[in-house]
Amino acid sequence: MISLTDIATQAPVASWWLDSPVSSDWPCHNFWAHWAVFSAGIIIGVLLVVMAFIWFERRFIAPMQLRIGPNRCGPFGLLQPVADAIKVLMKEDIVPAVADKTVHFLAPILIFVPVLLMFAVIPFQNGVGLIPDLNVGLLFIVAVGSIETVAVFMAGYGSNNKYALVGAMRSVAMMVSYEMPMALAAIAVIIVSGTLSMQGIVMEQSVPFALLLPMSFIFYFTCALAELQRTPFDLLEAESEIIAGYHIEYSGMKFAMFYLGEYAGAIIQSAIIVTLFLSGWKGPILPPFVWFLIKLFAVFGMIVWFRATWPRVRIDQLMEFAWKYMLPLSLINLLIVAIETILWDPVQWWLVPVNIVITAVLLTGWAGMFKLRGGSEVGA
Amino acid sequence: MALKLAGYGLMQGLFVVLKSMTRKRITEQYPEERLTVSRRTRAQELVWDPDRCTGCATCVKACPQGNIKIKTSIGPDNKYVVEKFENDEGRCIFCGLCVESCPYEALFFGRSYERSQYQRNQLVADIDEMTSPEKEKSAYYRPELYDSLPEQTLLIYRKHKRIL
Amino acid sequence: MVMKTELVTLNMGPHHPSTHGVFRMRVTLDGEVVVEMEPMFGYLHRGLEKLAEGRTYTQIIPFTDRLDYVSSMAGNLAYCVAVEKLAQVEVPERAEYIRVIICELQRMVNHLIAVGFFINDLGALQTPLQYMWREREKVVDLFEMQSGQRFLYNYMRIGGVSHDLAPEFIPALKKFLDDFIGYYEEFEDLLKGNEIIQSRTIGTGVISAEQAIDYAMSGPCLRATGVNWDLRRDDSYSIYDRFDFDVIVGENGDNWDRYRVRMGEIMQSHRIIRQALEQLEELSPGSVNAELPQLLRPPVGEAYAAIEAPKGEMGFYLVSDGSIAPYRWHCRAPDFVNLCALRDMVVGGKIADLIVTFGSIDICLASVDR
Repeated sequence: MISLTDIATQAPVASWWLDSPVSSDWPCHNFWAHWAVFSAGIIIGVLLVVMAFIWFERRFIAPMQLRIGPNRCGPFGLLQPVADAIKVLMKEDIVPAVADKTVHFLAPILIFVPVLLMFAVIPFQNGVGLIPDLNVGLLFIVAVGSIETVAVFMAGYGSNNKYALVGAMRSVAMMVSYEMPMALAAIAVIIVSGTLSMQGIVMEQSVPFALLLPMSFIFYFTCALAELQRTPFDLLEAESEIIAGYHIEYSGMKFAMFYLGEYAGAIIQSAIIVTLFLSGWKGPILPPFVWFLIKLFAVFGMIVWFRATWPRVRIDQLMEFAWKYMLPLSLINLLIVAIETILWDPVQWWLVPVNIVITAVLLTGWAGMFKLRGGSEVGA
Repeated sequence: MALKLAGYGLMQGLFVVLKSMTRKRITEQYPEERLTVSRRTRAQELVWDPDRCTGCATCVKACPQGNIKIKTSIGPDNKYVVEKFENDEGRCIFCGLCVESCPYEALFFGRSYERSQYQRNQLVADIDEMTSPEKEKSAYYRPELYDSLPEQTLLIYRKHKRIL
Repeated sequence: MVMKTELVTLNMGPHHPSTHGVFRMRVTLDGEVVVEMEPMFGYLHRGLEKLAEGRTYTQIIPFTDRLDYVSSMAGNLAYCVAVEKLAQVEVPERAEYIRVIICELQRMVNHLIAVGFFINDLGALQTPLQYMWREREKVVDLFEMQSGQRFLYNYMRIGGVSHDLAPEFIPALKKFLDDFIGYYEEFEDLLKGNEIIQSRTIGTGVISAEQAIDYAMSGPCLRATGVNWDLRRDDSYSIYDRFDFDVIVGENGDNWDRYRVRMGEIMQSHRIIRQALEQLEELSPGSVNAELPQLLRPPVGEAYAAIEAPKGEMGFYLVSDGSIAPYRWHCRAPDFVNLCALRDMVVGGKIADLIVTFGSIDICLASVDR
């Protein structure tokens, strides 16, 4: 039987890129020079890609709504995010008088910085990244990603506004309850690939794990949508019913940090999905970094597509969905993957259609037992 | 619903949205492209023909708002001479009742809709503006002008080019 | 152990991104559940009923446009039907057919917009709304061809319509009707099977049939509760008895049924327009306006006439004292009456469903406040 680890070393990458020109000591064989270059590169890269994502989202939603997006600022509207940034920077920074000043000041910083931290362990190419082969890479990501929950609560609490606090509490409840299926889906990937290091996970995939573990992919994607607070889970963001969200008391540069943090979160979740499930930077002919960007934009395109199409769910339906539907199914998924990995140790190719069929059956069957209830049956 | 895959309706919706991405965009890039208004348009100006008007003030009585103001005096051979014919286009609702009621067909609608001014008192159209030769007449309630006007652009027929 | 919670009073003020106009609601909440709701409207009151007492019957027609500005042809038609009943005016055949075609087109378009904004309130980022707006733009172009303006048409006159059909109207209308079926199937694909819409609208905003009749509701809101009443069939005006159409009736009176009734009525209007076009072709050309003096003086008396406007039963009550202006002019606005039932629909439900229920009644604040 052909095992996937055999194929992994002959992955379809143009071989002249496979030997990394960049070792983990580049440049100058000094770790601090390496750290300085990559930190600067990641920060600049994230800012540029955030602007590209903002532009891409607006130009990509527009044809779905039969219109043309921004096309007046610069050719094809490419300078539109720059115009937005300048506008937001010129606004006055208002802090409520009764707000808790320290907490109010720290919250935007605390939303943006963990996202930047998570970029440290993503491999952009074979071995290229800040520390992509950290042997606890995925654990680092899950841990650092939980800081955002605290930051959201700080934003709501520090505003000293009843509605911001209620919005922040709802948001925290949502983020906490969606982290569990997310972590369980990621654990399934760890079981199959045998390593926590992000570089190792990419090297193990010659069949992308999205095909081998379809339920993990679907659940991770849905939980990423919930963590990013994007439709269909965006009850606290755009024009929500009454409560305008945890960032209503912010203006000026701090609001820009929230906005940046949201899009940077979109980038990092897309990057994690690409690395874990879509085999990272691997691909024929083109240089791997270009493949990474293409897959990143493809995942973000799907996120934008879902935003354009679906309405939002209600808060109690959201919690029911997470706890009664996704959590049991992700545990069952973990059980199945563990059994398969033990019985057929070098993972076989025919497990792909078997897993897809099992996923379809489980998702449909469980949904038959559980229906999102509407109406005024409170607590029924 | 139990027999269909869970989420089948959601997937169907996604593909409808994807299909409409391939259709033509319906935005028009104003002011570079302007669509032709209807031949019977009730645009934001009135055109007055001083030769046909006799100063009977039927239009003044027909207006629901009382915008039109006429001042006449008795001229030679006992006919009215219209000295002032004014329409306050800031208050006018462009309903067209004045155009319909004129018994001598001396009042027409114009065809221009880009008539904003900076101050409200500049919106009052006095006699020079009403008789200005650059104004085109629309065929509202004047069917003899219908064939000489260009056709209206309809969205039903519009072939719009795709811009990215 | 029962948790003691406080009741919170929330004011959803006149300026709000989700209400359809200037509308204020004072809502008392117990956690997430609505305990009491008090609507306050009147922010758009312009005194139309008083203004109408000083104007002649023809001069009031532009005012009826401004009642329900989303479907202003229906407002025009209701008023003209009332005056024709008061003054006993005969409307020529050709004008009746044109009125039916225009009114049914207006109904199609109004229901599309109502459903579009309803889905918008659910949170779908205006994508379905844009698709439905495209269809409305096509119809508004046709109305512009007929009446001259895209918005407040002022098209119907007492005793007929103001202009005959333009020569390009019927071919364009036929092309629109043919293309529309494909787009309607797309709307159904996009929205009907969507599990999120189903789970958020089935069972929310429920009103029973007895309550609906007590509140004197009408239109799609009443038919969604199961009451089979449609003025076009039951209290027929104009020439609706020559057409063959079904009346769509719902079951439970929740948001989902109101949505389904509206979508069904769109296709029934499509059917009526096709039949009207066929019957119109066999008609010989004639005048589209009855012979009336310029200043109409109806005989002394009073009349009430109502039509099935897209939002419900729109009626006008006129009292004439023999002069050129009415002595009393009153408009029975359908959404004002339907809005009064909002409290019963919402109490006991959640705050998130309040906005959705409010959007599903399909009101236009200018008609509520007059």
